[in-house]
Amino acid sequence: MEPILNVKNLTMTFGGLKALDTVNITVEKGQIAALIGPNGAGKTTFFNCITGIYEPSEGTVEITPPGKPTQKLNGLKTNYVTERGLARTFQNIRLFKGMTVLENVMIGRHCRMKSGIIKAMLRPSSQKNEEKKAIDDSYEILEKIGLDKYVNEMAVNLPYGAQRRLEIARALATNPFLLLLDEPAAGMNPQETNELDELIVWLRDNEDVSILLIEHDMKLVMSLSDNIHVVDYGKKIAEGTPQQVKSNPEVIKAYLGDESEDA
Amino acid sequence: MVTKKEIKLSFFIALWFIVLTFPIMVIKVNTITHIVDFRWANIFWVGITSFFASLIWNYFLRMKEEKKKTETNDDVPFVHRMLQNQKIKTPFLAALAVFFLVYPFVFPMYHTSIMISALVYVMLGLGLNIVVGLAGLLDLGYVAFYAVGAYAYALLNLHFGISFWVVLPISAALGAICGTLLGYPVLRLRGDYLAIVTLGFGEIIRIILENWDDFSNGPRGIGNIPAPSFFGHQFEQHASVIYIYFIVIGLVLMTIFFVGRLENSRIGRAWIALRDDDIACQAMGIDKFKTKLTAFALGATWASIAGVVFAAKTSFINPMSFTIWESITILCVVVIGGMGSAIGVIAGALVLILLPEYLRAVAEYRMLVFGALQVIVMVFKPEGLIQSVRKIYKFEKVEE
Repeated sequence: MEPILNVKNLTMTFGGLKALDTVNITVEKGQIAALIGPNGAGKTTFFNCITGIYEPSEGTVEITPPGKPTQKLNGLKTNYVTERGLARTFQNIRLFKGMTVLENVMIGRHCRMKSGIIKAMLRPSSQKNEEKKAIDDSYEILEKIGLDKYVNEMAVNLPYGAQRRLEIARALATNPFLLLLDEPAAGMNPQETNELDELIVWLRDNEDVSILLIEHDMKLVMSLSDNIHVVDYGKKIAEGTPQQVKSNPEVIKAYLGDESEDA
Repeated sequence: MVTKKEIKLSFFIALWFIVLTFPIMVIKVNTITHIVDFRWANIFWVGITSFFASLIWNYFLRMKEEKKKTETNDDVPFVHRMLQNQKIKTPFLAALAVFFLVYPFVFPMYHTSIMISALVYVMLGLGLNIVVGLAGLLDLGYVAFYAVGAYAYALLNLHFGISFWVVLPISAALGAICGTLLGYPVLRLRGDYLAIVTLGFGEIIRIILENWDDFSNGPRGIGNIPAPSFFGHQFEQHASVIYIYFIVIGLVLMTIFFVGRLENSRIGRAWIALRDDDIACQAMGIDKFKTKLTAFALGATWASIAGVVFAAKTSFINPMSFTIWESITILCVVVIGGMGSAIGVIAGALVLILLPEYLRAVAEYRMLVFGALQVIVMVFKPEGLIQSVRKIYKFEKVEE
């Protein structure tokens, strides 16, 4: 398996603070990978670096979309990163509040559509077809995610769990090959978390996307992930299968603290 | 009903108002006889008025709170409900069309003329609505583009004798170009900073027009701007006003048509996404900068077209027509009417522009009424007179 995301020596400094320190992470095709670590370890910073919200201080981010050559993502603006097939969700829900559920998903289709101002005003058949296709595609995605009953609801009026799922639907609409989920289960009740678990596996198996997720819910992470990366204080301290990570002394130390330190 | 607590509150508010307005309402210095007059009766009136005003205010506030508790968030405004009902929609639109068609023939020229300026504001409002209401960019210098249009017509006509109909598309293009040129450096800013810079830009344009004498004729302005012709035929004054009226109606319809289409297109959705959350918007693959620029340029286009009509209608323009107050008025139209809602903006423009014209008797208090109206709308209906409603898509269940 060749990696589809290959992050080498990623370093991000804010002033004197090293939020990320030479982190190496690879994600392979068809994998569900997880990035875990205590609060403030630099997980979201890592996401922000690869999706272009921050420009990394050092290191390279490379992607290999299926059937395409490897390319570097460093310094690309967020929207170009998304165009190249990396879609993300946010830790704190960032839906478009003034729009319906369907329109939220249609925004995801934006970068796969072409019509400009003139076409929008004159509505030639090419624009109409494109628009219709976008609506149908979006609806299809909503059906898959199980949100089709909310189609014309305003996004803010959705229950919390559904809002989280809508974020995933919206990201999926951009046709990604790698989905980056930032704490998708945060604030969910056990039942919603179970549904999310199923959804993520289903996405990997049926939608041809690989998944990299940040999550604090250890039960979810352990049951889902093929490969887990652990970071602490901006440094990667471990990598491996759930079993390996669970028994890694470094990881236990990061989460529970070092006994000898207190002595 | 009114509670005891509210009465108590209103009583203290009345007392407070008496103290507050004491210097202006009670004390009056007679400068000729050097005597201070105490008009004690006024205390009574101030007290009574503020007491009851406060009671009513609190009553409505309570009603609003109670309504919020009982109802869900998705109450569709009355007008939209009417427009969604096909049975009402057709006669309603027909009545509206008939009203606007016969308007200039029934009412005297003065009223037609006022209606023209109100309709020009409808265009301006719809244009600014793209920038402020949809894309969420607070533009306080919108009047600059209005000036660009007006001066484009005045100057092109003065120097080259180009007619109204030719200038219209030229000025639209010019507006778009100016919007892009200004937008390019400015749109990197956001929120308050953007507002300040656009405010400055609006003033710069006005000051240039005022001081660059050779170019714009300075504060003396440009006169004798011809009214639009009809295939080379010039109307006499009265007919000309009616003619302009119908041109404006046509342009407004065109604006509504195009802006409505834009709103529910790929571009329009991108604007709203940008307004709601710019980080998520970019993460969804939307080029933030390009989207902002299109909104800015398109808004400027409509302002510019409105400017041409304004110049043609008044036949005289000078920089005093394009002060910051114009920008503020247009912004009020959008905010009070309902941000992002085309119907709201139209209603807002008609109310805000027509009302002061017909309330000339209290013209001195115009700004006071404006301010009061703003406060009332912001407190009781923060989403504007007529809230925006998103398009509903219908799906038949696809059978497996």
